[in-house]
Amino acid sequence: MRYLVLLEGPQATTPPPPALMEAIARLGEEATMSGTLLDTAGLASGATGSQVSVTSGALRVTDGPFTESKELISYALYEVSSKEEAVEWTRRFMTLHKDLWPGWEGEARVLKVLGPEDFAPPR
Amino acid sequence: MPNPPDRIHSAAVHGAIGAIWRIESGRLIAGLARITGDLSQAEDMAHEALLAALERWPATGIPPNPGGWLMTTAKNKAIDAARRERNYQRKLALVADDPTGPASATDDLDDIVDRLDDHISDDLLRLIFTACHPALPLEARVALILRCLGGLSTEEIARAFLISDSTAAQRIVRAKKALVEKSIRFVMPTASEIEQRLTSVLEVIYLLFNEGYSATSGEDWMRPELCADALRLARLLAQLAPDEAEVLGLLALLELQASRLAARRGPDGSPVLLLDQDRRRWDRLHIRLGLQALAKAERLAARHVNARAAEGDTASLPYTLQASIAACHARAARAEDTDWRRIANLYDVLSQVWPTPVVDLNRAVATGMAGDPAAGLEILEAAASSPATSNYPQLPAVRAHLLSQLDRHDEAADRYRQAAALTRNAGERTTFLARADTEVALSVRDSGSDRSRPDGEFTQ
Repeated sequence: MRYLVLLEGPQATTPPPPALMEAIARLGEEATMSGTLLDTAGLASGATGSQVSVTSGALRVTDGPFTESKELISYALYEVSSKEEAVEWTRRFMTLHKDLWPGWEGEARVLKVLGPEDFAPPR
Repeated sequence: MPNPPDRIHSAAVHGAIGAIWRIESGRLIAGLARITGDLSQAEDMAHEALLAALERWPATGIPPNPGGWLMTTAKNKAIDAARRERNYQRKLALVADDPTGPASATDDLDDIVDRLDDHISDDLLRLIFTACHPALPLEARVALILRCLGGLSTEEIARAFLISDSTAAQRIVRAKKALVEKSIRFVMPTASEIEQRLTSVLEVIYLLFNEGYSATSGEDWMRPELCADALRLARLLAQLAPDEAEVLGLLALLELQASRLAARRGPDGSPVLLLDQDRRRWDRLHIRLGLQALAKAERLAARHVNARAAEGDTASLPYTLQASIAACHARAARAEDTDWRRIANLYDVLSQVWPTPVVDLNRAVATGMAGDPAAGLEILEAAASSPATSNYPQLPAVRAHLLSQLDRHDEAADRYRQAAALTRNAGERTTFLARADTEVALSVRDSGSDRSRPDGEFTQ
């Protein structure tokens, strides 16, 4: 089963400490080696992106920047044997932020990607 | 009645410990085996650490670095055991008046232990080779690799193979005993051994995947969790041995096969054969990962083939070949776009390097689909002469399919019924009987102007 982990936080005013980036890279290496991390990347600020919305039956394309206080910062896609495993990798990822970037706040959402197991035939 | 809060908390902690175990057990056991040189003992120690965690963490909470906690706890147990052993050795040495005995006892064990993390890749690879030692029976190899590298509990292994918990526990005990009896040490194979040893490893992972992909018994004809476990091991192995063509070839094969897991099961749970599958339901990510691994395998294989040719030897790369075949299907956007000529050619080569009845069955199908069902039937005759296939349901099924292509529908219907009678799998039986009915209808119509589309894949 797959889980998508989305990291959200306030717009950073300073770049992340190099030690954090190095630790994240090491964790990513470890998760890749174990066969669980399929894909991960950081996301550019939403200001450089766009939104396509449907509101009251009307379609609208809006270019950034937007007014949200929080940004999507990165994503990671895991293939694991349980939700707990996805949570454990995410816990490690967030522990690095806690330990190596004092004062930083944010949250990672662990979302199940619907897969064949969610559409199993009735038995 | 709702659970009391502490019970809920405890269940959540147990779930988290299970997840941590999945992530850490391989590294833990590999590191410990390097200290003790003994996989069986290392596995015991790692499990003692797990039991300690299960006992303590529900009360104390999960420590900030659970992997480190498990390692420290297990290391302490390992050091205790090594000290006991060393004291014993020292006493022996004193008895024998061997001057090197006491001196070697001053080696700093803690230093060795602290350097463990530097060698984790080597240790994991050694662990895979040891658990899959060719001197062990296949069943023992499968149990050990799931237990030591997959982090599966006894109950999970029991579920995976539809056996009782006690049978699974016995299997593990027997496997560990075999390690000791056959004096299999935790060492890396030498350069001259590596090819044979790797073959043994790949065989185990391939078997695991296939058992999940088309379960040989039970009402459930697929067990995707087992496929996922095999795929995970193949990915790990590809990281540890990135220059071995067949390791990448097997990974590519499993990724490509796994891409079809969802599409292979119909809404009622019955199997959907390859050419009838809704290709939009194939998993694009698995396909991408599979084609990437195949490209790498082919690059490595070219090197391998050249090196072998220089020695006047022929190369045999059965997993890479099978992955190339699977890729032909993955690349065809529609079933009718399939390059059957190329697939038949690949099967011709594969049947030389891996002459099994199953390969010949698929070769017969591909040859038929490439436009020569009569030649397909001839290939089948050769496969049918093997005693291994006499009770094999796919044999009459493939013959039925080729006969159908030759418009011999009565004979085809008989063969499908024969296949239905032979299979032990309920879903497959339903499919074969439905096909027999279709053939009867075609025979009645007799004009052959509206032939149903035959399928091309029976074993993948």
